[in-house]
Order: sequence, then structure tokens, then C-alpha cells
Amino acid sequence: MKRLILVLTLLLPTIVFASGEVKLQQANINITDKAALQAGAKLFVNYCMGCHSANYVRFERMGNDLGLTKEELQENLMFTAEKVGEMMNIGMKGTDSVNWFGVVPPDLSVIARARGVDWLYTYLLSFYLDPARPLGVNNLVFKDVGMPHVLWDRQGWQKPVYEQVMDAQGNTHEVIAHLELVDKEKMTEQEYQEKVNNYRQDVRNLVSFLDYIGEPAKLQRQKLGWKVILFLIIFSIVAYLLKHEYWRDVH
Amino acid sequence: MSTNSTAEGMTEGIDDKGRRRFLIAATTVVGAVGVGFTAVPFILSMQPSAKTQAAGAPVEVDISKIEPGQRLTVEWRGKPIWIVRRTQENLQELESLNDLLRDPNSEEAAQQPQYAQNATRSIKHDYLVVIGICTHLGCSPSYVKKDDPQAASLREGWKGGFFCPCHGSFFDLAGRVYQGVPAPLNLVVPPYTYLSETKIVVGIDHKEGAA
Amino acid sequence: MNRLLTASLEWVDARFPLTKMWDEHLAKYYAPKNFNFWYYFGSIALLVLVLQIISGIFLAMSYKPDATLAFGSVEYIMRDVNYGWLIRYLHSTGASFFFIAVYLHMFRALLYGSYRQPRELVWIIGMLIYLALMAESFLGYLLPWGQMSYWGAQVIISLFSAIPWVGEDLAVWIRGDYVVSDVTLNRFFAYHVVSMPIILLALVVVHILALHHTGIGSNNPDGIEIKKNKDPNTGIPLDGIPFHPYYTVKDIFGFGIFLIIFALVMFYAPEMWGYFLEGNNFFPADPLKTPTHIAPLWYFTPFYAILRAIPDKLLGVIAMGASIVVWFLLPWLDRSPVKSIRYKGWIYKFALLLFSVSFIGLGILGMWPAEPLYTKIARVFTFVYFAFFLLMPFYSVWDKTKPLPQRVTY
Repeated sequence: MKRLILVLTLLLPTIVFASGEVKLQQANINITDKAALQAGAKLFVNYCMGCHSANYVRFERMGNDLGLTKEELQENLMFTAEKVGEMMNIGMKGTDSVNWFGVVPPDLSVIARARGVDWLYTYLLSFYLDPARPLGVNNLVFKDVGMPHVLWDRQGWQKPVYEQVMDAQGNTHEVIAHLELVDKEKMTEQEYQEKVNNYRQDVRNLVSFLDYIGEPAKLQRQKLGWKVILFLIIFSIVAYLLKHEYWRDVH
Repeated sequence: MSTNSTAEGMTEGIDDKGRRRFLIAATTVVGAVGVGFTAVPFILSMQPSAKTQAAGAPVEVDISKIEPGQRLTVEWRGKPIWIVRRTQENLQELESLNDLLRDPNSEEAAQQPQYAQNATRSIKHDYLVVIGICTHLGCSPSYVKKDDPQAASLREGWKGGFFCPCHGSFFDLAGRVYQGVPAPLNLVVPPYTYLSETKIVVGIDHKEGAA
Repeated sequence: MNRLLTASLEWVDARFPLTKMWDEHLAKYYAPKNFNFWYYFGSIALLVLVLQIISGIFLAMSYKPDATLAFGSVEYIMRDVNYGWLIRYLHSTGASFFFIAVYLHMFRALLYGSYRQPRELVWIIGMLIYLALMAESFLGYLLPWGQMSYWGAQVIISLFSAIPWVGEDLAVWIRGDYVVSDVTLNRFFAYHVVSMPIILLALVVVHILALHHTGIGSNNPDGIEIKKNKDPNTGIPLDGIPFHPYYTVKDIFGFGIFLIIFALVMFYAPEMWGYFLEGNNFFPADPLKTPTHIAPLWYFTPFYAILRAIPDKLLGVIAMGASIVVWFLLPWLDRSPVKSIRYKGWIYKFALLLFSVSFIGLGILGMWPAEPLYTKIARVFTFVYFAFFLLMPFYSVWDKTKPLPQRVTY
């Protein structure tokens, strides 16, 4: 019976996560890569912070964790904030954004914990032209999203490529098979791949940064954890010897 | 799987006792170290947080608008910081008070940074910068000018300064405490420095030769 | 030095029963010597309780029970407070591990019949602890004020509205508002940090006192009473060993192993892939938008699945309540001549297996969206769940048992 319980518990995660609509791509990020985090931070302040805040993130802490000096921090990442002790707030009012986008752009401090990095990665790769939408773009992962494709100058515009799919009743439907750049024909295969890969790297950097700000303590806890565990192993060994010694009476 | 042994009546050799004592000691020591290390994050969590530290960041103050004899109060780390522009008369009187004070030469090192350990307890003699908290029990004294009629009524022949209403301590215009009052020490001079002729910053130490 | 210690102890003993208590509960509390793996979890649950109380006190120093500030104050703890993240993860991981320890502790009782006469009150108090623990964790789960906190509380409180006539008013009274709001958060904080911890601690003390009461004492994997075989001279059970030092050193070792597993989760997977900390709870509470799929935390899901399996609001709530109440009746449902599964026949073994599968199955189904197929499976499991308890008076009598040994097997 123990074995059955074990099997059930092991199956649990796979079963639960099998149910998703769009297959998410793996972000494969590494938050110990400081260069990636720094690049991501730059993208974040330039592209995201126009509309999104990160109200729980303090510039100073972020700069320290990313290995930036105070001067580098102030010159490259701080545009409106004056002091390094300030949070990554933005000036835009909620009412303005409702007028422009129909929603208040969410604070991004913990978005990586809420959505998961793979979702963010796939989301940022999945904008495509859709004339039916007010802003002219739609997204495969977040249908009818109110956000414009702010990174278009880095990615270029994508258009959907359709395919015919037959359902169980024998009716055919047109569904989006994948997305490709509008300018694909104008580029050589090599140029195209390069452009796609560059953008993927940008998104990976940005997602790394979002993952970092979601939990700045992650670096700390992973560094501390093994020491605690090592200590507990030593403690358990000593405690076992003590237990063994006493229980010789009983055995 | 024997069923007939019990803990009672077992004979223990001397070796056993020694080993037991050693293992008890080892487990206790390792356990105590563990508890000690576990206590550290809890104790540190009660230190000022990053938010508190950011709120206590150095404060810049424009002093160009302060008239002679006037006092400006700013907040740094939640405490009142007084900046008093002293008149020439005030400054001249300071030395004459020495005999009435507990620590006229500012010998208590903790009460001011080294660069303010002088006759006027300041970097530039015109401007006094002190933390406006009485060294007795933490009240904030009031600023009483020499020509204020109150000055004479509070203390005979007082040339003005700071008076703590809580327990009646007197300080002069360099924040030095008078003898015979409850406060034991001079008012604290915070770390500060001049960014320019008219701008000081409280919370950063003054470097010799700067500004 | 030694003389000073003895004198001090005498001084205290004349004024407070210190040595007496030490002897009664540790040094001269004789526990059966054949405890196995399953007997670690009582003391481990106690360890987690202490961890929860300490980490909780420190969290309360920085947490703000205010709908506009709560979410931010948790992030403040996670980022700005020195080691706040460690204290918070200790508490959030501890909550789940508390239930793991308690469920294993309860399963032990099912294996070895620890609820049977004369330990009925020990069992009932234990069940009350389990109820108090569920209330405590439910109350605490609202505090981070994320989407799951909010809608979880909304759903659970709405269960009360199923009660005829007074339900709606009762739900409003519990919330102090027409929906879950700042008022609810504020009072849940008060319950979570003051009322429930006091109740829990008191129940734990009573649980242990009842167990250690003269003539009762701990059960064991053989399910026979060690107090029936006493040394004629000393009056000490022949199969008993003093709790201290034998089980104290054993439990300390158990703590070590438990804490290793605990630390692995806390430092390397504090979210446990959404089982201990849910992704949706990192969206701040929004009273105008329900997440597409809400499920309670894993330790509530079996009961939640039972609730959903019944296609009627009132009956569903009754079934869910009954699914907990039946546990209280266990001492009187089990009529087997033996306590331990070691001497029970295949019927009980099979019944316990079916029950375990159903309980875990309901737990898994409770996390999934309620699709028609899942609901059907949940109904089968719910049936098995209740059958295990309600048919026990019959099958426990029919079951062929093995003869009991005179002394514990070791």
C-alpha cells in the first residue's frame, strides 16, 4: 500500500499540469547570471516601466544584488527616482491607463511568481498582428490582452500561420499553427534565425530579471540552504549515535 | 526480536558511562549551536529593515534662508535635527559659560563627531547642527532666544539656548548641558557635512578638507 | 555546585511539582518499547507547533492586517525585513508540514487502533486538535490577501450560508460585511494570532494529559496493554521503558531527519510547485474577479472534493461536515476484538487500503476542476470513504483475527 501511495504522489504534479491550453515554452533562465539580470533590468526600465510599476522592489537592493555600483544604478536604471532607497514606482495614474488600455497595468513585482517564468517567456514571444483588436495585436497565451507589443522594435511584427484541423465531428477549423515574422521573406534564413534568437535572448534576460524581482531572497536562500542541511545531517548523526547507545539497553 | 529485555536492571560498564556522557555532551553542544544559529535570523529581523534604513537616508538641507538667530528643524531617522544660525554675539558668549557647564570642552567623544569637537561644536561656527533630543530621557527641548522674556524667568542670567520642559534641563547654544540639571550629557551632534556654502547633508560624515 | 543544584531543586519542589511533573511525563512515564516509525509524528507535530508559534510571533511584528496594506506587508517581510523571507517560509512550509505530521499521526491510529478503549478521549481531543488546526490554517491563509486567500475565504464562509434560516445572517456575521473585506481580514488576524493558538496549545496539553493519565498510557504496534504485565516488585510494566531517556533521544534523532526534509523544501522548493504556496496567491486580492480555477490548499482537498461530489448545496455541506464527524465516532465503530492491524484479518486491511486510496484520490480530485468524469469518480470515493466508517461495526466483527501475544513483539 505504501508503494501505491508513493506512485500516486509522484503522478500528482504531472497530472495537474497536463491541463493547459497553449503549450508553454521553457524559459531556461539562470538567475545567478548577473549579466543576463543586468540586461533584463535595462529592458525592464526602458520598455516595461512606462506603464508597469514594481512597487515592492527597492532600487538599492536590486543594484546590490545585480552587482551594480550606485553610480551605474543611477545613470542606467533610474530615470525619475532620485534616491537609491526608493521603490521602482511609476508616475502613471490608474485612471489614465484605464482610458488608454482599458485596464490598470498590473504591478510586476511578483508577476513571475504568479504566472511562472515559462508563461512570461512564451507570452512575450507570442504577440501577433490582429487587425480586429484596438491596438492591432493579439497574443496566443493571453487572448485579447490589453497590452500593446512594446518590444516590437526588438522582435519585429509577427503574423499567424494557419492550418486546417479536423475535429471529432469531421468539421474542419482554421487554427493558428505558429507565428512567424512578417518580414521573413525579406531576410535570408541566417538573418531570420539571428533575429529570432536575439529576441529570444532579450526575452530570456527580461524574464530572468522578473524572476529575480519576484523573489530577491532566492539567491540568498539557495546559498544558505545547503549549509543548514549539512549542519542538520551532522546533528542527526550525533543524535543517532546517542540513540543507538541508549537503545543498546533495550535491544 | 527478543521479548524479555527491559531497561531495568541492566548493568552498565564504566566504558558505557563514559561513552554516554560524551554522546550526551556532543548532542547537547551541536544542538545548542543549532539553536544559537537559528536564533540569529530572528534577532536580526528586529534590526531596522531596508525600508527603515531607506527612510533614514541622509537628508539634504538648504540653509541659505536661515536668518541669524533663527532655527530650522528637519527630520532625520525620525528625530528632529536643529540647525541654528548663531549670531556673533551668541558665539562670543559661548566661552564665558564654560564654568557653568558639565562638559564645556566636549570631551565625551560619543556626543559629537570629531570634526565638531571644538569650542562651537560645529563645522562652520555660525551654524549649529544638533539632534534635538534631551540626553536625559528623550524629550525634545524648546529653543529659547536670549531676548525672549521667558529666558530670564526660567533661569537667572540665562543667555538663551535650549530648555527641556520635561525635567528642566538647560543647554547653551552649542548644545552643551549646564551643571545641576538632570541631563548628564551635551546634546548629540549628528554626522553632517557641507555639500556647498548653502547646503548641508545630515547623515554623512564630514571629510577634512572637503567644502 | 551539585549541592547547590539539589538545594535549589528542593526549594522549587516544595513550591511547585517540578520533579513530580518531570517524572510523571518523562522520566517515569513508561512507554511500550516496541514503538516503530509511525510513532515519531506526535513529537514532530509538537516541534512544528513550536516553530509555527515562534515564526508567527516574528511575522506578526511586520505584518499589517489591513486590506490595503496586507499584501504589501508580506512582500515587505520577504524583501525588506532582515531574514524576513526565512521566517515567512518557515511559517508557510511549517503549515503544510504540520498537516503532513498530523495526517501520519492519525494514520498511525488507524493502523494500530490507538483510538480504542481506554483511549477514546485521547482520540476525541486529538480530533479536536485537528479541527482547531484546520481552522487556524484557514484563518491564516486569508492573511497574505492574495487572490486565493480572498476567494478561498469567500467560498468557505459561504458554506455557512447553506444552513437553513440563519445561514445567510451567520455568514454575514462571520465576515462582518456582505463580502470578505478589510473587516474580515482584521478579525481573522485576531483569531489566527490570539484565539486559535491558545485553544490549540490548551488542547495539546489536554491530549497529552489524557494519554499519560494513570492506567492509560501509550498504545503500541501490537495493540496490547503493557500495563497488564507488570513487574511484581516495582510495579513497572515489563514491556515499558521510561520515556526519558529512551524516547527523548529517539525523538531528537527523529527531529533531525524531519528537519533535513523540512529544510530541503524550505530552502529549495518553498512553493512546492504550487502546493504549499500557490501562484495565484501572488495576485493581490481582487473582489471583482474570481480566478478561473480555485482549490483549497492540499490538506483540505479531500473534504472539498466530498463537498463538490454532492449535487446539492445543503447536502454537500452536510456530507462534508459528516465526513469529519465520523472520525469522532471511530472508537465505537470499531468492534474488532483486537486493536492492531497486525492481528486483524484481510477485511480490515483491504478496507483500510480502499479508504486510503479514496482519501488520497479525493485529495487529488479536490485540486482539479470539477469536470463530470472527475465528479463521478469523486462520488465513488466518497461512498468508499463513508462505507469504511459506517460499515466498520459489521466488518470488524466478521473479520478473522489472529491470536494476540502475551507480550509485545520486538
